[in-house]
Amino acid sequence: MNPVVEAMEVTSNQPENRILPTLEVEHLKTHFLTRAGAVKAVDDVSFYVNPGEILGLAGESGSGKSITGFSILGLIDPPGKVVSGAIRFKGEDLVTAPPERLRDLRGNRIAMIFQDPMMTLNPVLRIDTQMIEAVQAHRRMDRKSARQLAYDALEMVGIPAPAERLNAYPHQLSGGMRQRVAIAIAFLNEPDLIIADEPTTALDVTIQAQILHEAQALCKRTGTAMIWITHDLAVVAGLADRIAVMYAGRIVETGLTDDVIDRPLHPYSVGLLGSVPSANKRGERLQQIPGMTPNMIGLPPGCAFKARCPRGDDVCDLAPEVSELLPGRQIRCHHPHLEEVSA
Amino acid sequence: MTRARTGNMAGDVTAEEKAPGANTPLIEIAGISKRFVKPLDIAGRIARRFGGGPEAETVHAVDGVNLSIAQGEVVGLVGESGCGKSTLGRMVAGIMPPSEGAILYKGRDIASLRGDDKLEATFAVQMIFQDPFSSLNPRMRVEDIVGEAPVVHGLVSRSGKSDYVDEILTRVGLDPALKRRYPHQFSGGQRQRIGIARALAVKPKFLVCDEAIAALDVSIQAQIINLFMDLRDELDLTYLFISHDLSVVEHISERVVIMYLGRVVEAAQAEDLFAAPNHPYAKALLSEVPRLDQRKQDFRPIKGEIPSPLDPPPGCHFHPRCPQSFGPCSIERPVLKTIGPDHLSACHLND
Amino acid sequence: MTAESIQQAPDRDAERPVMPVPTEADETAAAVETPFRRFVSEFLESRLAMGAVFTLGAIILASILAPWITPQNPYDLAQVDILDGRLPPGSEAFSDYTMWLGSDGAGRDLYSAILFGLRISLVVGVSSALIAIAVGMSVGLLAAYVGGRVESIVMRIVDLQLSFPAALVALMLVALLGKGIDKIILALVVAQWAYYARTVRGSALVERSKEYVEAASSLGLSHARIMFRHILPNCLAPLIVVGTIQTAHAIALEATLSFLGVGLPQTEPSLGVLIANGFEYMLSGKYWISIFPGIALLITIVSINLVGDQLRDVLNPRLKR
Repeated sequence: MNPVVEAMEVTSNQPENRILPTLEVEHLKTHFLTRAGAVKAVDDVSFYVNPGEILGLAGESGSGKSITGFSILGLIDPPGKVVSGAIRFKGEDLVTAPPERLRDLRGNRIAMIFQDPMMTLNPVLRIDTQMIEAVQAHRRMDRKSARQLAYDALEMVGIPAPAERLNAYPHQLSGGMRQRVAIAIAFLNEPDLIIADEPTTALDVTIQAQILHEAQALCKRTGTAMIWITHDLAVVAGLADRIAVMYAGRIVETGLTDDVIDRPLHPYSVGLLGSVPSANKRGERLQQIPGMTPNMIGLPPGCAFKARCPRGDDVCDLAPEVSELLPGRQIRCHHPHLEEVSA
Repeated sequence: MTRARTGNMAGDVTAEEKAPGANTPLIEIAGISKRFVKPLDIAGRIARRFGGGPEAETVHAVDGVNLSIAQGEVVGLVGESGCGKSTLGRMVAGIMPPSEGAILYKGRDIASLRGDDKLEATFAVQMIFQDPFSSLNPRMRVEDIVGEAPVVHGLVSRSGKSDYVDEILTRVGLDPALKRRYPHQFSGGQRQRIGIARALAVKPKFLVCDEAIAALDVSIQAQIINLFMDLRDELDLTYLFISHDLSVVEHISERVVIMYLGRVVEAAQAEDLFAAPNHPYAKALLSEVPRLDQRKQDFRPIKGEIPSPLDPPPGCHFHPRCPQSFGPCSIERPVLKTIGPDHLSACHLND
Repeated sequence: MTAESIQQAPDRDAERPVMPVPTEADETAAAVETPFRRFVSEFLESRLAMGAVFTLGAIILASILAPWITPQNPYDLAQVDILDGRLPPGSEAFSDYTMWLGSDGAGRDLYSAILFGLRISLVVGVSSALIAIAVGMSVGLLAAYVGGRVESIVMRIVDLQLSFPAALVALMLVALLGKGIDKIILALVVAQWAYYARTVRGSALVERSKEYVEAASSLGLSHARIMFRHILPNCLAPLIVVGTIQTAHAIALEATLSFLGVGLPQTEPSLGVLIANGFEYMLSGKYWISIFPGIALLITIVSINLVGDQLRDVLNPRLKR
């Protein structure tokens, strides 16, 4: 196992002692100015990821988790804009970095895996062409060596008969294979950070399990930090070291995986975890969160979850700030389930 | 929530012999198969005439499935892509005709019904679709989406349509004041409720839910699952719940059927299946589903890809990926056999 | 909702929780947002399109009111005096009105003739387009819905039709049928229906595979109802765009036929006839006889095309924000 990761396992729940995080996001705000009004897709989001760590960014649609990922890479197009905040990659601020620097970093030191592998793969180019291109864009290497690198990467992600696959076109591969190729491309230049945006959502259970397994092993081996964006808490429960739960553009709860899943503090987390079928007695009515996911246009001031929250009251009309109840355990709520903490 | 059920797994009685009686299953799927054939073009056909050339490609989407479902039961149908569960659901709902076999409603072959009987069977089996966006006509108001069929078929008069629609919308948890709106003005969960209302408007007895919650947010899924369970009790509905999400299926179903590449590999009462799966694929599937209580697990998934339905492996379809495959697996197709009370499995290891 | 309702399963006999009702503001705002209103507001975002609609509206209005706003009825031979012929713009006619745009060879006041000619051009263009839409749409819908052999045969006929230039088809038909406004319209319909058939068939094929059509069929609705009540309204977007632009083509086509002398008769000249009449005078310096009707035709067609362009942008789902 990577020695950096080993060191991290000891210190990851004591953030005060941490070494320089691979990524540090502070008070990030990404707004979209539409005809109908300003959509605060990401509204004051702060988190960090250490080397070799996997952070799960969990939330439903409209929570802003994907936009957060795109913001880090500078992939937000107008009418969207990173309005304020800092994104520090190994100490370097990305928000103020010039476009050439971002282009340098993308695919090289920071890579992204998308939900649809066809967002990564060009349907009219062969796999080897695309992978060689990804290598040669960032370092000087002759074609032969680059191809060998590609071959090794495909082997690393568990693709059988990599030589054949290199010569294939994307449409000749199944969905799971394509996603594996996309992951291989992400790992090609040994990045320090990978942002994975729901990469297994569209895949079958057995294929998803394989990919989760490979991603986990790869991160352990190379010391790459990863942000895994998903709506499926069960996936991050098995994969991530820490979890951040997002709702309506804000992070409402952060902590170690075990803490967040077994002892959730925020009423939204409590409701979400309680509504999963496995948390309920078979055949009984599921505990449910009433109401709908919020409309991001015209969000009321104050806590966005108030309308659906059993603990919501007048205090909640004032937006809660992030408070660190315990080291590494953050919550944004006026009425957290503190009775869980003592457990 | 347990009630006496009379459905069984091996529906091997022919259509004619079943007389409608107290024990007749509501829906019986008898030997259903569906083949999709991609016909050869002119060049291919000429080549075949001369003895060579390509074969017409056949996809055995569903391959000899038997299943009977009793009134009031909830049967969960699970599988991954290519297993044929959606195709089977569409055949049961009457949207797609089978290549072989018959669907029986109250003991009578639906395909042979005419006139009023046919209409009754059509209404009795309705489908809830997966995609809340394309399953509603974007140019129709909600009251028309829900109320059109009942008015056209005379279930309710034109003047009574408004009240009827109000009643159904309330039943599915939507505010009737919204019925003049268009689908794009609703959220995904609300649209799914509209789809359910549309199905309920013709007073069905049997609902085929084809991945009805897969496209919804997790917090909304719980609401819709609860709605399904409430409706089942209030209206005495029967469900075929098709899903790839095992935890949902485990929660809501009484019986569970697992399919792989067009065939049923295991079928049992839900508690039995999840406690002690028999078929290697079922075992793998159950162990590989990410669960909240499994932390930092060491995933040890089964290898290999799901084979293409165009070229399924001979014998048992699962044998190339099966950690326990042996001799007969690659030669002979395993038969669905009873291995316990109401527990069927198709595996040579049981022989 | 109290804290208990999240911690325990709610009592099943309690009132079913209803989805939260949107607020007053939502009600009024959303209630008026039919797809049509949304479409109109998006359409009017382009100033060019707004200008084009305005121009088109003015043209149509002027042509409707022609008998009342022109000094002369050019079709009434009693009012037309050859001695008034070939007068340059701004001259006085015998009957004491100013011919602002001059007069043509036969003594018709061009301003009047243009407005009356616009009437005919518009009527012929629009009615032939509408009839062609009705025919083409039905054929395309049927082909897409029925599929199989029928679809193949129908679409091959459409392809055959489309491989002939529209002008050629129209010419052939007019030669067969003879002159007259109804025969021109028929010729234009035959020349155009295939475009609509192909357009509608394409959209209908896409819609047919959507789940709401499956739902409609499982509700026992008749094929005709599904075709016209469910599929067709969703095929209107490309149809409207093609229809608008094709109307412009129809008007141009009619002008072509008239210019070639096989269109409308001399006694009821459309813009094409006027242009044709003035052609012989072009080189002798009496430009106005051809140019002004030409400009009127140009403005009409360009306005229609601009409207069609904006329609296409607004109705294109991929460009939706």
